[in-house]
Amino acid sequence: MSESKGWPLWEVFVRSKQGLNHKHVGSLRASDATMAIKNARDVYTRRAEGISIWVVPSNNITASDPSEEDSLFEPSQTKVYRHPTFYDVPDGISHM
Amino acid sequence: MKDQDISKLEAIFQQKIDDDIKIEPNDWMPDAYRKTLIRQISQHAHSEVVGMLPEGNWITRAPNLRRKAVLLAKVQDEAGHGLYLYSAAETLGADREKTIDDLHSGKAKYSSIFNYPTLTWADMGAIGWLVDGAAIMNQVPLCRCSYGPYARAMIRVCKEESFHQRQGFEVINKLANGTVEQKEMAQDALNRFWWPALMMFGPNDDDSSHTEQSMRWKIKRNTNDELRQMFVDVTAPQAESIGLTVPDPLLKWNEAKEGYDFGPIDWDEFWQVVGGNGPCNKERVDARRKAKEDGKWVVEAAMAFANKRNAKKTA
Repeated sequence: MSESKGWPLWEVFVRSKQGLNHKHVGSLRASDATMAIKNARDVYTRRAEGISIWVVPSNNITASDPSEEDSLFEPSQTKVYRHPTFYDVPDGISHM
Repeated sequence: MKDQDISKLEAIFQQKIDDDIKIEPNDWMPDAYRKTLIRQISQHAHSEVVGMLPEGNWITRAPNLRRKAVLLAKVQDEAGHGLYLYSAAETLGADREKTIDDLHSGKAKYSSIFNYPTLTWADMGAIGWLVDGAAIMNQVPLCRCSYGPYARAMIRVCKEESFHQRQGFEVINKLANGTVEQKEMAQDALNRFWWPALMMFGPNDDDSSHTEQSMRWKIKRNTNDELRQMFVDVTAPQAESIGLTVPDPLLKWNEAKEGYDFGPIDWDEFWQVVGGNGPCNKERVDARRKAKEDGKWVVEAAMAFANKRNAKKTA
């Protein structure tokens, strides 16, 4: 990624309501964390989309490599025995 | 990378697109796909930002406090749309400052509609109703665009555009049902904005150089002419219902195609405006350049302040 001469890039996460997790909504540029929060409020929560905001400098995020998708995630698809539907439960057994 | 490796990657990429699997920033993509998206998304961002100017022109002269609050909120939304879109372009590796410099140098384009002046208050109605209406037609299919960050930005944008169109229609409807002078003002705004609004969908399909490839990549979901027809079909009856006349003597319902026939578009005018010779091209780009120049010290001061505080923290 090329680096802009201006303000650094921040990733924005918003909690839409109490009890839910923060969710990534997008990014923005700001000179520091305080400004990033203020800008995030104006850019991403103009219509009551959130009650809490996290901002993280984008260059502090480490992402998994898409080319390693298979080695990372394929094993979880072949382990069907990790799901309750894999097991036979005799008729007449309830609360399970 | 070897040529055969690239063609293998290209095949995987196209298969994903065909299967409606979204492409995300770190995924492999052909250079031309990346370039097309950067061009389209940054032009889209520029359009949102330049689009603030014709309407900003009327904020201080809105007829009452309600209209003023609404117009302010709308113009603020356009700024937000520009920011979502610049961020989406950045996920493709575009440099934000450079994209903005390309706008200022005239290298990058933006929607030609914003090169027309806003002469009366009725233009605020015509812009919301017609320009935002046409934008919605264009943008709703983009919510299903193959590139994830662009599609997600468009979902946010479309939710907000619907308010824009309704507020514009309310303004023009009020005038259309007002005094004789007010009605004339509404009609005049429709006369001036109708054809430029139809031009917003771009050249006819036969003359549109990017359409075919963009549709194969699912960046674009409908052709220019399809979207233009949809716009005319929904907008013509709206004009009629508020007693205004669409300035096209050839506009006529066609029972067989279940749509309107309409007159030819003046493509000379379109290309003149795209080429920089519209009524307000120079004024718009000058205003953006001035905003950047005048705001430069703020950008620098904020960064200097942040650096100083960080240095203190680590000391």
